[in-house]
Amino acid sequence: MEVKNIVSPQEHQPKDYKSENNVRWCPGCGDHAVLNSLHKAMAELNIEPHETVVVSGIGCSSRLTYYMNTYGFHSIHGRAAAIATGVKVANPSLSVWVATGDGDSLAIGGNHFIQAVRRNVNINIILFNNKIYGLTKGQFSPTSARGFVSKTSPYGTVEDPFHPAELCFGARGTFFARSIDVELKNSTAAMVAAAKHKGASVVEVLQNCVIFNDGIHNSITDRAWKAERTINLKQGEKMLFGADNEKGIVLDGFNLKAVTIGQDGYTMDDVLVHDATVKDNTLHLKLALMGAENDLPVALGVIRDVEADTYDEDYAKQIETVQQKTGKKSFTEFVMSTSNIWEVK
Amino acid sequence: MANQIIVKDLNQVSIRFSGDSGDGMQLSGTLFSTLSAIFGNEIATFPDFPAEIRAPQGTLHGVSGYQVRIGSDRVYNSGDKTDVLVAMNPAALKVNVQYLRKGSIVLYDTDSFQKKDLEKALFTTDDPFNELQLHDVQAIPVAITSLTKSSLEGMEMDNKSMIRSKNMFALGIVCWLFNRPLSIADRLLEQKFAKKPLLVQANIKALTDGYNYGNNIHLTASTYQIETVEYSKGFYTDVNGNQAAAYGLMAAAEKAGLELFLGSYPITPATDILQELAKRKDLGVKALQMEDEIAGIASAIGASFAGRLAATSTSGPGLSLKSEALGLAVMTELPLVVVDVQRGGPSTGMPTKSEQGDLNQALYGRNGESPLVVMAATSPTDCFESAYWASKLAVEHMTPVILLTDGYIANGSSAWKIPDLEEYPEIKPHYVKEFEGEAQTWKPFLRDKDTLVRYWAAPGTPDYMHRVGGLEKDSATGIISSDPANHQMMVNIRRAKIDKIADCIPELEVMGDKDADTLIVGWGGTYGHLLEALEGIRKNGKKAALAHFKYISPLPKNTEEVLRKYKRIIVAEQNLGQFAEYLQGKFGNLNIRKFNRVKGQPFLVWRLIEEFTKIIEEN
Repeated sequence: MEVKNIVSPQEHQPKDYKSENNVRWCPGCGDHAVLNSLHKAMAELNIEPHETVVVSGIGCSSRLTYYMNTYGFHSIHGRAAAIATGVKVANPSLSVWVATGDGDSLAIGGNHFIQAVRRNVNINIILFNNKIYGLTKGQFSPTSARGFVSKTSPYGTVEDPFHPAELCFGARGTFFARSIDVELKNSTAAMVAAAKHKGASVVEVLQNCVIFNDGIHNSITDRAWKAERTINLKQGEKMLFGADNEKGIVLDGFNLKAVTIGQDGYTMDDVLVHDATVKDNTLHLKLALMGAENDLPVALGVIRDVEADTYDEDYAKQIETVQQKTGKKSFTEFVMSTSNIWEVK
Repeated sequence: MANQIIVKDLNQVSIRFSGDSGDGMQLSGTLFSTLSAIFGNEIATFPDFPAEIRAPQGTLHGVSGYQVRIGSDRVYNSGDKTDVLVAMNPAALKVNVQYLRKGSIVLYDTDSFQKKDLEKALFTTDDPFNELQLHDVQAIPVAITSLTKSSLEGMEMDNKSMIRSKNMFALGIVCWLFNRPLSIADRLLEQKFAKKPLLVQANIKALTDGYNYGNNIHLTASTYQIETVEYSKGFYTDVNGNQAAAYGLMAAAEKAGLELFLGSYPITPATDILQELAKRKDLGVKALQMEDEIAGIASAIGASFAGRLAATSTSGPGLSLKSEALGLAVMTELPLVVVDVQRGGPSTGMPTKSEQGDLNQALYGRNGESPLVVMAATSPTDCFESAYWASKLAVEHMTPVILLTDGYIANGSSAWKIPDLEEYPEIKPHYVKEFEGEAQTWKPFLRDKDTLVRYWAAPGTPDYMHRVGGLEKDSATGIISSDPANHQMMVNIRRAKIDKIADCIPELEVMGDKDADTLIVGWGGTYGHLLEALEGIRKNGKKAALAHFKYISPLPKNTEEVLRKYKRIIVAEQNLGQFAEYLQGKFGNLNIRKFNRVKGQPFLVWRLIEEFTKIIEEN
């Protein structure tokens, strides 16, 4: 299959991907930072704006489409992944992105999300996770913690949340990364890695809704303890964290454990080395599920990045193979080649 | 439409059961005779024994059979051809080839079509159908023997006795296919069989399970055939409506120079469209089986945005699920063809039966003012024409088009003259290159001033990057807008754009006596029956005219003019009057008489003649 090289001959700047539309998100909303990261990521990838499509669903984050100077489709609630699948399969040479939220992709669009991941369609899904419905003014979402109090759960929810990574891996996802909205450098890097990955990529951005769920990620993102409570995973490097990288992740039986190097007999040799490219996702899942509840830091960065055949490319290849075998047919040639043809003279 | 055609209703079905003389045919014969007695003149049987009563098993000499004729009303013998052959082994198939006509159904037992069985019947390949040149029968493979054994498991019978009931299992399937209720079995129960109650019980069980099996796997067979009376010169093949619809999309894509994309989800009775297009990789067709109906249409809308001829195929419940996405296609003004093969509703309804109940859903089933094109195919072969035209209107007018077909024309087959695409009208998608201004001044909702059609700029086209979506847009800038005056204007424009399509479609034709008092009106798949009824009425010396609609939204330009000419209008449809009310709502003050049948069955021509004549004879 011939995929056009969509890397531009000229050098693009982040502003080239920015539309003239006024950005209408609330002041202080984490979405501004995600948008900036995406502009930067596209500039770094140097893809042509006219070869790029951003598809979104419904929700605050899905408004992102209007702020892109690419082709864009702001669609209906939950369906962005299915629409993006159509765009990508119809024209595999396009760079296709999905901007979506936790309500959009994990509630109403849950099925489309997992199916797109399962099929490994070569699209990049930026999942804004603020654990709240913002556009409808503050209802709990499928990622809200049990007991979360909101307008539709005044006494707290009685349901457990989804972990996006768990869904992604359950759907045999080949790429998962996580970043914090305001950390532009890391977010940009995660998006660039997602775009370079062949197949469905999911980037979970821990995003802050300044109006309806302000500070929801503070227990992780606050500077006072961020170094202790998060870990930036880097391919091929030791899993170290802490203000002075004095802590590491080690294997303890079947589980992961956070240790201080030099204490309790743990040395640097015990610390695991991150490999996002391992096919088996067991360790990736464990890394993705790390958090305060198991006394582990929340993993950021590219957690899983595995090569696998993509749906859009294999579909095109299958057409090519069939056409090589049977010859490319016109409509009339096809009909005339069917059985049971007779002539009236 | 001008083609003279004949609709053939199979009100009576002759079924030939054929197998080994050792297969318990005599017992079957007795049972069929009993059936015959219960049904009185609604069923007739005749045995067809072999000369050699116990010839070697599985051989051509050993074939014996029974022919049964079942009818929905009066049964009479009309020729010796068989509509359904139940072949218990390959020899039975071979011996009975002579009785098969085009389109006959061949239900065969896969358990006894194995290699050694084929050899016994002197077949030299493993494809008996191909060897006998049976290309135009509807073959239904079922593992009859093993299913019968499973059905009777636990009964106090030996294996051999169980297998003897396999004819009843097959009869159960046939009863399902031809809509003969299981009351056959109930009535059998009412009869007293003093001698072999266990056997009767087994046979009834097998009969019921056969019926349920057909129901469970949504078996359908066409009982509706259209035959063209006059053939013009050319090459012909047989197509059913689903195939023809798929072909129409393929032909339109080629003519428009577009890649064809189908996003779909399996649903009875529309699945064949997806299956047909999935096979056509040789033509470069992309046919995706998505995760649900919504993803089917969503992926198609994505493909349309990406610049392809996009379609989705479905049936009533699926169309319900697609409603919101259809609204999106209306709002974003993207081309899309939706083929709705109507079935009995509401809800799951009667999946294998036919109805015209989705008209209102097609016209109105979306939120907001959401106009689109609605068409209805009139016959199996017209599904080709209609799908072609639906595609043409979609890409030339940047709109979704719903094409309504129905279970009967979808499964019904007809001889079809292979078209010369040269003779078909051009399809010119409304590309952005037609925009006369500079690229910098282009905005996504600027329009052709005559047709009000916006321009199609697919991703990959430099300088035309733009954003579309479900939110209302400013007519000039294309930026999201909730300005009151702008919304009113956009609502009006979207409506006017569809109305203007009336300039591009054929006018309504009137058939029969143009000076009659009574105009019969129909739409979609009932065309053949209504035309036959019209001819019947006129043969009886009464005057009548027929106007049959294929374009429903917008209606042909001369619709009102035609309707106003007649003293009374009979609107005949397979729902409770949806089209009648649509016409009345549009034009008002029409003297409409409704004729409605919602039985899941096609109209009966003789009944139409009877009822219409009564109305015509009123003052």
